Amino acid sequence: MWLYEKKLQYPVRVSGPNPWLAKNIITQYGGPDGELSASLRYLTQRYTMPIPEAKGTLTDIGTEELAHMEIVAALVYNLIKDAPLEQIKAHGMDGYYADHDRALYFVDATGNPWTATYIQSKGDPITDLYENMAAEEKARSTYEWLINLSDDPLVTEALRFLRMREIVHFQRFGETLRLVQEWADRKKIY
Amino acid sequence: MRRDRRELLLRIMALDFTALELNLYLDTHPRDARALEDYNKVTQELFTLRQEYQERYGPLIHFGHGFSKYPWQWIEEPWPWEMTF
Repeated sequence: MWLYEKKLQYPVRVSGPNPWLAKNIITQYGGPDGELSASLRYLTQRYTMPIPEAKGTLTDIGTEELAHMEIVAALVYNLIKDAPLEQIKAHGMDGYYADHDRALYFVDATGNPWTATYIQSKGDPITDLYENMAAEEKARSTYEWLINLSDDPLVTEALRFLRMREIVHFQRFGETLRLVQEWADRKKIY
Repeated sequence: MRRDRRELLLRIMALDFTALELNLYLDTHPRDARALEDYNKVTQELFTLRQEYQERYGPLIHFGHGFSKYPWQWIEEPWPWEMTF
């Protein structure tokens, strides 16, 4: 069961319409290292985690990623909702507009649709936790490239918050990995 | 959104974030009594502030987690992606 809280995790603000920035940021909505991938990766791996700490961490981080997906969606939505068609064309978002108008869709920055191949679920908890630590680092890098690209300081603020969260998640997955390794060692002894 | 509503919501958002951070930390440090004490303290504060917000502006969480006045307040705008901060 999940509950929806009628608020964002971080207050989203944009300076004005900016389809060019939206077209790049949308990769964190539906791209390989985006928030949908992150959420589904953790929420699907949790079933085969062996210890309570790991089940809790994957459930909670997987849930937080859904809130991040909403932040990215709110950024993209607000960057394109009032953009005139001329600007959409000039900013190279006309291809996206042809398929989706100003609606949200799960694509990366060059228009490739989201695919389940972006995530992994191997059943070996150590394999999965290494995968997740790498995923958090890839997402952190993506946010850094987006911050480098961003020409809207208000959008950059939200991107910085999201980047920071990847670092915290990497830390928590590292601790979870250590706990699972200790669990595996105990199993060998007895 | 009116200023007093926005300010109350921003306080709830800040406390929510504190609770989330402590929650993630406790997931891998379940025996850290000080963090647990902080978590329960923040949860209590959140409970009070959420109640105050929901009495004034309607449910913040759906499915039986907040009361509504007539007519059904849950669907009232703005939704989170429509809020201007």
